[in-house]
Amino acid sequence: MTFVFRRLLMLIPVAIGVTIVVFFMIHLIPGDPARTVLGIHATPQRIAILHRQWGLDRPLVSQYWLFMDRLMHGNLGQSLYYGVPAAGLILSRLPPTLWLICYAAVLAVAVSVPLAMIAATRKDAVRDHVVRAVPLVGLGMPPFWVGILLVYALAIHVHAFPVSGYGTGFGGHLHSMFLPALTVAIALAPVVIRSLRASMLNVLGAEYITTAKSKGVPGPRLFLRHVLRNAVIPAVTVLGINIGFLIGGTVIIEFIFAIPGIGQLMINSIFQRDFPVVQGVTLVFGVLVVLVNLLADLSYAALDPRVRFDR
Amino acid sequence: MTGPDMTKRGTAGPAAAGPAVAGPMLEVSDLHVQIAARHGTVRAVDGVSLEVAGGEALGLVGESGSGKSMTLRAILGVLPPEARITSGQIVLDGVDLVPLSNSDLNHIRGPKMSMVFQEPMSALNPVMRVGHQIAEGPRVHMGYSRSKAAERALELMRRVGIPDPERRFRAYPHEFSGGMRQRVMIAIALSCDPEIILCDEPTTALDVTIQDQILRLLARLCADSGVSLIFVTHDLPVVAQLCQRVAVMYGGQLVETGDVREVLLDPRHPYTLGLVRSAPDVEYVRNSLVAIPGSPPSLVTPPSGCRFHPRCEFAEEDCKVQPTPLRELPGGSRSRATACLHYERCQDAVAADRVGP
Repeated sequence: MTFVFRRLLMLIPVAIGVTIVVFFMIHLIPGDPARTVLGIHATPQRIAILHRQWGLDRPLVSQYWLFMDRLMHGNLGQSLYYGVPAAGLILSRLPPTLWLICYAAVLAVAVSVPLAMIAATRKDAVRDHVVRAVPLVGLGMPPFWVGILLVYALAIHVHAFPVSGYGTGFGGHLHSMFLPALTVAIALAPVVIRSLRASMLNVLGAEYITTAKSKGVPGPRLFLRHVLRNAVIPAVTVLGINIGFLIGGTVIIEFIFAIPGIGQLMINSIFQRDFPVVQGVTLVFGVLVVLVNLLADLSYAALDPRVRFDR
Repeated sequence: MTGPDMTKRGTAGPAAAGPAVAGPMLEVSDLHVQIAARHGTVRAVDGVSLEVAGGEALGLVGESGSGKSMTLRAILGVLPPEARITSGQIVLDGVDLVPLSNSDLNHIRGPKMSMVFQEPMSALNPVMRVGHQIAEGPRVHMGYSRSKAAERALELMRRVGIPDPERRFRAYPHEFSGGMRQRVMIAIALSCDPEIILCDEPTTALDVTIQDQILRLLARLCADSGVSLIFVTHDLPVVAQLCQRVAVMYGGQLVETGDVREVLLDPRHPYTLGLVRSAPDVEYVRNSLVAIPGSPPSLVTPPSGCRFHPRCEFAEEDCKVQPTPLRELPGGSRSRATACLHYERCQDAVAADRVGP
């Protein structure tokens, strides 16, 4: 329990850091945000009103305090474009994004485990080299390009999947989101395969595998109970870090596949100069990355009994 | 330093029980194991023949790299991927194991033979509860239900002297001490009532006091259940304490075999003589501790003739050319054999050591 508790405590400074970065975003925009929003023909009076509205006329510390105070009450400001609270807007667009991330992670793992096993059980054989080399193509191609290729091949030519959209109901989501999730998984899988293969090779050489063989444990049980159970431990961290990277990448995927998630919301809001929404989405992305890493660390502790006691 | 006991340590002693079945239970004949390495083929085991009767404990001794562990792993069918059996037979209960597939061997490993390893920390699965590791064999081989296998595991934990087994069942290996881990390994090895347990230096990684406890435990278990042992070690007193017979390995070959007391007190091979002369704990009468000069032979390009001749004080010209298979000694006990062409010289040296300074 101490490990979990410490890990949760570590969230506090990280969360504060995320809010500081998000808060300063508005000051990173070149020039005056109010002028950017109102256009070059805005009168000084209107700009001054907007400054007062956004609290931009106050000292930075007091501005941050105000920002945090509103944040604590779940208030991310009003959307300038839609005229509704940004928090509610973001919340309503969150499920498709979470769907995409989880779906992609599941697909990536489902592809990586058997491929890593195929590679690791015949080290340096042809199939090992194939498994190590081919997925790198997926890593080398930018996800938006892979996404377009998949749409072209599987949606436009074969009609196996819809070109875009989120679908309705669980089955509908599963069907409609397959191509975007696959696109993300293709970027995610190569790293996971490599890490899993390396840790499987490590585990296969371990003495406790010989012990399991000396007990006459049959192949499938040996693989699941002894090899995989130990090999996933380091791979979980790698998966977590890379999902964290890919959360930013889902923005472009949502845009390509017209998924009504927060990534699409972000792009539209950038075009509309809808600062509160952009700020809010950035905050949510930051929180998601932090949560994914937290989840990875907690699974690490759950999978490896030594972590819970050694610290 | 002259006493009835051959060691300075404990007195667990060899089990008095004689062979339970007529003829050998395990018979290894002319076993060759080769390892493909970058610098050439390593002939790790080069024509080893062994016999173990039911209920018997055989010590397999020799220095590091002499092929002891490879012999054990070949018998169990768990050689490293780069090593393979090139010829020979391993007959267990009348069945040759060499041509068997891995899945066929899985029905033999566990119920018929099992292994105890040198380093119990690395030999136990770090993320699996100790009780489940012990219960796994009965689950797989005896068709036990989860609860029945757990009961079996608790019983085994009690048998190998793990205190408070109900609580320890759910613990992980890293929560155990070295000695307790080795008890867990022994419980795993015993879990399916095997006929033979292969021990690969099971006491080397342990404290001396714990070593003695583990040896006594093994000796007691063998006497109780009539299980046979092959005990690989470079520790001669341990062999003297636990085994009835000993086989001495050098450079992938056997150089001397026989009754433990006869071989260690009255060696008939210069290498065995060197071993007992250099082991302070063995009750061999000597003037002083003498190390064997030189270093172990290359197993890629082994010396011609007798592999020990470059280090041997008695070597003659014929030792460099003639192959030296084991030959039975006249007047010795069962399977008393030596590979030395000039073992009489060894005999004279032993006699000289007895006269003393």
